[in-house]
Amino acid sequence: MEEKDLVIIGGGPAGLCAAISARKKGIDVLIIDENLRPGGQLFKQIHRFFGSKEHMAGVRGFVIGEKLLKEVKELGVEVWLNSIAYGIFKDKVIGVIKDGKNILVKAKSIIISTGATENPLSFPNWTLPGVMGAGACQTMINIHRVLPGKKVLMIGSGNVGLIVSYQLLQAGAEVVGVVEIMPKIGGYLVHAAKIKRFGVPIYLSTTILEGVGKEEIEGAIICPVDENFKPIIKKKKYIEVDLICIAVGLTPLNELLYQAGCLFTYKGYLGGMVALHNENMETTVENIFVAGDCSGIEEASTAMEEGKLAGISVAEKIRGKKWEDEKDQIRKRLDDFRIGTFGEKRKLSKEEIVREYYERVKTW
Amino acid sequence: MKELKLGEKTYLNKISFPSFERIKKGSVAIIECIEDIPCNPCETICKFGAIKVGFPITSLPILDEEKCTGCGKCIPICPGLAIFVLNYNFSEKDCLLTIPYEFLPLPKEGEKVKCLDRDGKYICEGKIVKVIQPERNNMTALVSFAFPKKYYNKVRSFKK
Amino acid sequence: MKKKDLRIYKHPILGDLPERKKIYIYFNGKKLTAYEGEMIAAVLYANGIRRLRRTERFKEVRGIFCAIGRCTDCVMTVDGIPNIRTCITPVKEKMKIEFQEGLGKWKKKIW
Ligand SMILES: Cc1cc2nc3c(=O)[nH]c(=O)nc-3n(C[C@H](O)[C@H](O)[C@H](O)COP(=O)(O)OP(=O)(O)OC[C@H]3O[C@@H](n4cnc5c(N)ncnc54)[C@H](O)[C@@H]3O)c2cc1C
Ligand code: FES
Repeated sequence: MEEKDLVIIGGGPAGLCAAISARKKGIDVLIIDENLRPGGQLFKQIHRFFGSKEHMAGVRGFVIGEKLLKEVKELGVEVWLNSIAYGIFKDKVIGVIKDGKNILVKAKSIIISTGATENPLSFPNWTLPGVMGAGACQTMINIHRVLPGKKVLMIGSGNVGLIVSYQLLQAGAEVVGVVEIMPKIGGYLVHAAKIKRFGVPIYLSTTILEGVGKEEIEGAIICPVDENFKPIIKKKKYIEVDLICIAVGLTPLNELLYQAGCLFTYKGYLGGMVALHNENMETTVENIFVAGDCSGIEEASTAMEEGKLAGISVAEKIRGKKWEDEKDQIRKRLDDFRIGTFGEKRKLSKEEIVREYYERVKTW
Repeated sequence: MKELKLGEKTYLNKISFPSFERIKKGSVAIIECIEDIPCNPCETICKFGAIKVGFPITSLPILDEEKCTGCGKCIPICPGLAIFVLNYNFSEKDCLLTIPYEFLPLPKEGEKVKCLDRDGKYICEGKIVKVIQPERNNMTALVSFAFPKKYYNKVRSFKK
Repeated sequence: MKKKDLRIYKHPILGDLPERKKIYIYFNGKKLTAYEGEMIAAVLYANGIRRLRRTERFKEVRGIFCAIGRCTDCVMTVDGIPNIRTCITPVKEKMKIEFQEGLGKWKKKIW
């Protein structure tokens, strides 16, 4: 069986940054990612990121991705692509299907940075071709460079729904509208403004009743809702579309953390069940760390910082050294990002996670 | 069906919107950033120190209208694409608005366009005056177009 | 380059689609042009083919849903092997892709 100091599962922004930080501190690192190219969500994100200079603000996601890949390569981090980690067993043995073959790897430490999955939304005919996740659509247009539809209805006005709508316009599609069941949009107004000024309507207090089509989507029926979110059926309206994108949130992808025996808590603002962890990103199972969206849905900028924090913490344990200053700087950058209407709630949830970690570890 | 309307009033960052006196003097940045987003590249890039975000970085940008030269460096760096530059004195009848533009095909100088407001509603006819190619600004083109002065606070884009 | 398909040849941010080696694949016996490195489902969608399979029990037609290999909605029979996730499987020269009915049938022994 192969043995490694540190195995990182998931090579998105969190995993890559963790690898870079740990490698720089002299740790042997292996990244396992199921794709043919690492980078996670970053390569789909062709828009400029918010933040400050330290967060690489104003730089497009895929450009950040290229930078990280270059650094990973220069540092000689080992990367297994086309490799799915399917299980974590006793003594940190990881089961991996690499290029179709089963391999076991034993790790001193593991960082789990598997990201998130898109939430589905069911309505009549939602399984027909022509209904897909907004992230899936983003993958199609920005990675595969194929338009999955020409006239699009977006469900959900969070930042993902708004940004993907804008990217659909950039890809040459027509976005006939964004529907949002709440009386106000879920994402930032600036993202809404980007599509509104080019004529994309955003319908509030409105939902989708059903997709229309026999074997493929040909239209959709949308309908306003009352204060109790009940559709006002007599006001329903048919619109012709060939693609319906669902952007109703993400859920942390954390099966491996469950399997490893980590303790969990529910945090609505972070997307659901998340593993408890301490201020070093270590979970309740010693030497298993977590970082990025799978420890709570946030942003690439925070995923990268959490990754660095986890990477350095692993190095501290293995090398028996301390890099408190460096870690404090990272924590400061995280705090700098977790402010504002959206960030504040996530910050409180994150603080609760750390608090609950200590309470539960004590009583365990 | 109830639609989100950005309109004129709701969408102005009041602290940043230049005074009409300043607008009349020539090119100036119009910052339509109205939410507490943790973001400050506009502050970092302005070499005249005309935009201040400060701490915390969720603060709304504040424009020092006297320091702003309307150079437009802040337009493409804004991740929210929420900054425009207005030259009210472009000609006797028309003002000139420069916006970030990330679509294809790029409009051509001299082309006639239909000007739209913040909600994508048709306002008036306009004309493309200048296009700065996207390669100059990491793939964000800057397009300047002219339209009647009276719509200076209405028009924010044109039909693709 | 032929521009009738749904590929995004020009993109304001990502630039022109790079030239890649042209290959051929077959969908239900019909020859389609593909480019090296493309995923099977992407080639089909580029040609306007979005119906990829029919489910076993309810006979519902399915297409791409997640595009990252997670949901298995896009599984098809590829070179005689059923249940291949076509959204994450790259094309190969002369690959035979078939619409899959239900759980599909093995046409080829691989063991
Ligand atoms: C439309 C959209 C717009 C966004 N805009 C912004 C923005 O402007 N700014 C910002 O900061 N953030 C943004 N984000 C969020 C950001 O992309 C994510 O928060 C970030 O990518 C999370 O990073 P991660 O490394 O945790 O996960 P991911 O990037 O999802 O990476 C996880 C990786 O792990 C792999 N993996 C999972 N399970 C396994 C396994 N068992 N074995 C092997 N590999 C596995 C996955 O395939 C994936 O490659 C946006 C997200 C979306 C969808
Ligand atoms: S579309 Fe989900 S696995 Fe292919």
